[in-house]
Amino acid sequence: MRRLFQFKGGVVLKEHKKDATALPVQPARLPPRLILPLKQHIGNPAEPVVAEGDKVLKGQLIARAGDAICAPLHASSSGTVIAITDQPVPHASGMSAPCIVIDTDGEERWRPREHHVDNFAELSAQELRGIIHDAGIVGLGGAGFPAAVKLDPGGRPVDTLILNGAECEPYITCDEMLLREHALEVLNGLLMMRHALHAKRCVIGIENNKPKAFRALCEAVRHSDADVEVVEVPTIYPAGSEKQLIQVLTGKEVPSGGLPLDIGIVCHNVGTAYAVYRAVELDQPLISRYVTIAGSVAHARNLEVLIGTPLGDLIEECGGNRDTLHRLIVGGPMMGTAMHSDVVPVVKGTNCVLVESTSHDVPLPSRDAYAMPCIRCGNCADACPANLLPQQMYWYARARDFDKIQDYNLFDCIECGCCDYVCPSQIPLVGYYRYAKSEIWNQEAEKRQADLARERHQFRDFRLEREKKERAERHKKKRSAVTQGGSDDKKAAIQAAMERVRAKKSEQDSTPKNTDNLTPAQQKAINDADQRREEKTATSPPDRPQ
Amino acid sequence: MTEYALILISTVLVNNIVLVKFLGLCPFMGVSRKLETATGMAMATTFVLTLSAVFSYLVNEFLLIPLGLEYLQTISFILVIAVVVQFTEMVVHKTSPVLYQVLGIFLPLITTNCAVLGVALLNVQQQHGFLESAVYGFGAAMGFSLVLILFAAMRERIAVADVPEAFRGPAIALITAGLMSMAFMGFVGLVKG
Amino acid sequence: MLSALLALGVLGILFGLLLGYAAVRYKVEGDPLVEKIDAILPQTQCGQCGYPGCRPYATAIANDEADINRCPPGGETVIVSLADLLGRDPKPLDEECGEEKPKMVAYIHEEICIGCTLCIQACPVDSILGAAKQMHTIIESECTGCELCVAPCPVDCIDMVPVRQSLDTWKWPAPPPPPYEQAADGSSNPQPAGAH
Repeated sequence: MRRLFQFKGGVVLKEHKKDATALPVQPARLPPRLILPLKQHIGNPAEPVVAEGDKVLKGQLIARAGDAICAPLHASSSGTVIAITDQPVPHASGMSAPCIVIDTDGEERWRPREHHVDNFAELSAQELRGIIHDAGIVGLGGAGFPAAVKLDPGGRPVDTLILNGAECEPYITCDEMLLREHALEVLNGLLMMRHALHAKRCVIGIENNKPKAFRALCEAVRHSDADVEVVEVPTIYPAGSEKQLIQVLTGKEVPSGGLPLDIGIVCHNVGTAYAVYRAVELDQPLISRYVTIAGSVAHARNLEVLIGTPLGDLIEECGGNRDTLHRLIVGGPMMGTAMHSDVVPVVKGTNCVLVESTSHDVPLPSRDAYAMPCIRCGNCADACPANLLPQQMYWYARARDFDKIQDYNLFDCIECGCCDYVCPSQIPLVGYYRYAKSEIWNQEAEKRQADLARERHQFRDFRLEREKKERAERHKKKRSAVTQGGSDDKKAAIQAAMERVRAKKSEQDSTPKNTDNLTPAQQKAINDADQRREEKTATSPPDRPQ
Repeated sequence: MTEYALILISTVLVNNIVLVKFLGLCPFMGVSRKLETATGMAMATTFVLTLSAVFSYLVNEFLLIPLGLEYLQTISFILVIAVVVQFTEMVVHKTSPVLYQVLGIFLPLITTNCAVLGVALLNVQQQHGFLESAVYGFGAAMGFSLVLILFAAMRERIAVADVPEAFRGPAIALITAGLMSMAFMGFVGLVKG
Repeated sequence: MLSALLALGVLGILFGLLLGYAAVRYKVEGDPLVEKIDAILPQTQCGQCGYPGCRPYATAIANDEADINRCPPGGETVIVSLADLLGRDPKPLDEECGEEKPKMVAYIHEEICIGCTLCIQACPVDSILGAAKQMHTIIESECTGCELCVAPCPVDCIDMVPVRQSLDTWKWPAPPPPPYEQAADGSSNPQPAGAH
């Protein structure tokens, strides 16, 4: 039995997990229209390789990865590409971004299989990563970092590969259902990842409020006889956060500003492992995922949803009313973001859709502005799982002192919302941190821009100076040439050139080109023009410059 | 040895030059808005205070007393202090232009910092020897630095806090200084035993 | 009496020599402060401060010839950082220089452009592409939004347009001021205490 550790802080929340785990997972209804954002991951957007009007097959590549940190995109179902335009995407801003829109034809025809892998252990790590990259797999826990990049340790040794099945936020149960129903596949995916990483150990961490998933996984491990440890961790929010789970399982702390790889650990989500399995074994790219639909719907449940399905379709399928929507949250109640419309699609990182209707029959923690003055109770500091001082950061964020707030390690904040949750004055602390972070990023971008502008300005000054010098130089040369009188052949050459130009000019005046074989209409137009010109020269005073 | 340690503790904590003797309040209020500035000021003042205490002792002992010119103490000490400050200013300007700019008028004003002259005169009054003078000057400087830096750190936090309208600015700073002074009264009696 | 004069005189000479030596030894060449100020300025080179570019303005600030509140493109952020660097009090933007506007970029209506190159000569960062009698266009990513190209254009084909927002440039808005503050007054943002 593995010895477990504790992370500081955290909160115990009401789980609300029973609601959506009663019904088995089934594929969601095929939506008439799929909206596939080109950027569903961290990095640059993918580049479309289809055009409007193209017929696509299920699983066909529709946008390729432009650079290393990028994930390709595949058609989630067969149909026709009707547009590649800006569409609303699931983002806190409610803004639009480039998307490929596909009208489905209902046939669900798969593209032909591209590879058969009989035994993944025979593949090299590089080949395995290639398959995972080509399948467009990103971290399915929510952050959406391309999985192939995270599976490349870059020569550094990996001691432990941790599979994150903790799923600590209330309401969300998609990972739990996945483990219950596909434990063996997840386990196989884990072994593939381990192969790609050459990890010494494998640990799967599950919160102890999911006994069925835990048992299913233990069963799968026993069955396949794999050298994998399945560990139950205490249910304390945010045990499912990468750094906190690592701390609970290994007792090691990821250094501030560092990556888990720095301490020889790589952490992946169980959903990612399942996607890896499907990509390698079944040659299916990432085109669907498990999504929890909970809140004010008649049947809260998990569905296997095609990427690109509009949220509204899911709400209807689960018996929700789209007309009485009050808030629609993608993600959990603690860290999720409220959407501006229900036409935004499910993307690769969407794990949960929380519906709140205007009747507030399912109360979600509210972040509305009932804020009272800070009473400096320090509860937030006790609750912070990242060992930060939320109160102090709050003061500096409010005063826009973005240098000082970084001294308090703002960027180690995981935005888990524990401080918000415990604050007796209901101050929207995380809102302040998000605000400060994006202001700082913005200032950094402006700084880069300013540096570039400075460089270009300096170069321009240098260029102007150089041109001035060159002109002076030329001038001097010319003048010296003139004073020397110039040679006779030079003068003769100039004379000849002037003659040539004169001759050419007179020739042009007398004989316009392309005047043979004119149609009568053209001839008439020319005649008219000639007449007009003559009239004009006659009427206008001759000394006026034209 | 114990004697010097006692002088040090007594000047830093018990007879703190700022909070107990109320000398050097001008830079204490003036350059305590930012921790970095306060630290720079603390270092500059430490340098000046220690050096001027030593030089003042030397001038007094080997020039003024042999010639019977004790009545020139004040003027010659100010001369010494002014020179040390000028020297410091040049060094700071060379090594840290930003600090130089930030300290601004407060850097040359160390000349008129009553703590500096006060220490030089107290050294004479208490008939300190050479080493005692040096330790006394250094201790006073440490005491000054300590409270200046503590105070600056507090003011940085107060600057972003919800202070009632009427108390904003110098008012709350003076209240804070008063509370600090009362806290330092707690050190009274520390050295006697 | 004589001895007193002598003693002070000797002291004065000694100290004078010492300071003279120090003045030579610690001579400051150049002004590193200008670099630090220049690094804060937004480098639009727009000249709204009354100086022909960001660096001349930085020099003027360092020499105490110009105030720190004359940079409209930098706005409050730059004023606060300058105040921080120089240990002065932040003050509102000088109105005679202009007002703080959201960042813009120039846009050339290409169908109107006659290819006169006047804007190219005006652009301080060479972000306009074109040649004589050829249509010009703005390299958007390089444009600082200084508006210097707008005035010289003889056919008024340059407009300033807001920078296009994308998901990457989107910022989380500041949380609204809490109700208790709105009730007291609108502007009770705590100001840094200002004491001397």
